[in-house]
Amino acid sequence: MALPATEREETAGLGHEGTTTGSISRPPSTFDVCVDQVFRGLTLVFAGLTILLVLYVVLEIGGKAAPAMQKYGLSFITSTSWDVNKARFGVLPEIWGTLYSSVLALLLGGFFGVSIAIFLTQDFLPPKLELLFKNIVELLAAIPSVVYGLWGIFVLIPAIRPAADWLHQHFGWIPFFSTSLSGPGMLPAALVLTIMVLPTISAISRDALSAVPPRLKEAAFGMGATRWEAILRVILPTASTGIFGALMLGFGRALGETMALAMLVGNSNQLSLSLFSPANTLAALLALNFPEADKRQEQVLMYAAVLLLAITLLVNICGAAVLRRATARLSGGGK
Amino acid sequence: MRSMEGSQIADKVDLPLLDRSYRDPRGVLSTLLSVVTGAATVIACIPLFSVLIMLFWRGGAKLSWQLFVELPPTAFEEGGGFGNAIVGTLVMVGLAALISVPFGIFAAVFLAEFGPDSKLAAGAHFCAKTLTGLPSILAGVFAYAAVVMVTGTYSAPAGGVALALLMLPTVLLTAQEAMKMVPVRMKEAAVGMGCTRSQVIWKVVLPTALPGILTGVMLAVARASGETAPLLFTALFSNYWLVQDGHLGLMEPTASLAVLIYNFSGMPFENQIEMAWAAALVLVLLVLVINIIGQLFSRQRV
Repeated sequence: MALPATEREETAGLGHEGTTTGSISRPPSTFDVCVDQVFRGLTLVFAGLTILLVLYVVLEIGGKAAPAMQKYGLSFITSTSWDVNKARFGVLPEIWGTLYSSVLALLLGGFFGVSIAIFLTQDFLPPKLELLFKNIVELLAAIPSVVYGLWGIFVLIPAIRPAADWLHQHFGWIPFFSTSLSGPGMLPAALVLTIMVLPTISAISRDALSAVPPRLKEAAFGMGATRWEAILRVILPTASTGIFGALMLGFGRALGETMALAMLVGNSNQLSLSLFSPANTLAALLALNFPEADKRQEQVLMYAAVLLLAITLLVNICGAAVLRRATARLSGGGK
Repeated sequence: MRSMEGSQIADKVDLPLLDRSYRDPRGVLSTLLSVVTGAATVIACIPLFSVLIMLFWRGGAKLSWQLFVELPPTAFEEGGGFGNAIVGTLVMVGLAALISVPFGIFAAVFLAEFGPDSKLAAGAHFCAKTLTGLPSILAGVFAYAAVVMVTGTYSAPAGGVALALLMLPTVLLTAQEAMKMVPVRMKEAAVGMGCTRSQVIWKVVLPTALPGILTGVMLAVARASGETAPLLFTALFSNYWLVQDGHLGLMEPTASLAVLIYNFSGMPFENQIEMAWAAALVLVLLVLVINIIGQLFSRQRV
């Protein structure tokens, strides 16, 4: 114990270099370095594979669709008939149905989603209740879409039928109510779609609203603004880019949603403005026809899949870009 | 001093203006909008409760042990169950996890640790983000083109591939986020002890980030369990057990809970419709339990 300082350091040093068991600190062996290189290579390969996978998905679907794309060209998009026996295929009604149902879901889901986001971020409720409502809205996203479809068939459609009948009888001259709801149709499909995009829109809008610096709101209050004047004129405009991104991503989800629509939209090949008439969407078309398609129909359906892929990718990439700009602007402004 | 200043300010401020009054249009508008948003929030909760109540009411009535061990009934048959569909769902989600979890975590290690600023990482991150927006039916179309058309048969692996494609982005992105949260000083300490970067990752980064990674995996598994569209024409459906007469029929059409609900909901038979509700209850409980397990992992993290 009473060793001179220099000797103490020497023994300590010896302990480190002499035996590896005495300490856990040692330089990596050649084996370690090899393992390291292999592992680095592996992770690099998998990161690269992620990119290749997306390309593979696009090429695989596109490649299988190529014969039909050459054969039908643009008329596939502009034609309204789907006749397997005459080999006439067109998806205009499906494109219309996809956009119409998604826009309806976006309008309703946007209103509810943004309202919820405002209500849960602007101190209307005590934090515990806010958390409770936030979890309930998020739970909506956990329910599988096929269960919503089932619920739509046996609960929602019977529930809205009286109202739909009344609207059709009294306001039948308005194009939206021009047919009666005979069962599956655009309105129940759009309502279920609304429920499904609601969690996406409200979660991302909530993030956008909470990212607004509190001092902006405080300044507005200091100037004598009421709570809603502060929200409408200061907070919403500041968060608008983020909310817009949320709406875009919600729209993207609505475009690609399949099961609830396949079960509720009615699978009817018609172009109609009426909310109560059956319709069809691209995703539902694929779900309903793929399982029993022959070779030729397969190619045509692949063509429809390419269209769906193009539309959703476009909307999603735009949404992501908008969101990135929103966060960049807010964090830039915050500093 | 202070009280004097206070009273002086109070003299200058027009206090009635600060009072909340329902004769003032600004106050009315404010209250009205509060009520509207509050009502919207409450209305948005109705579907969830309606779905849950219906599931327990209609599905719970049918629930029995028989459901879990018997095969689906044919058209006019009474009774029956969906044991094979539960097995099929578990097998396909398991296969999907076997593919997507290692894939996602390895790629995430590169994105978070080895090349966070590289072009490859940026590209891979963009692709993963793009995949999150991929409609689930297109994952089915892809698996149909890549597996079913190649092997010539509907099968459990085809369904697994389709689900794996949907799980991958969730696993990858959450694992990347979890690894980014590991404090730099922990990694530096390990490097200082003479660890290679791989050893740092295996012994420090991955164990520390494990709860976050598991949360992501659980979220992905929960989502995949409920997916129907990718299975419709990859795994199709089957009325038989996966193991039939002692041999494992992996390369044959495979049943799943989700597809069973879809098929039975469109049938005109009361027995099948009741069974669809019971299957929906089982599926929702399964998904919720997996979600809750994931939440428990994430709570450990802090």
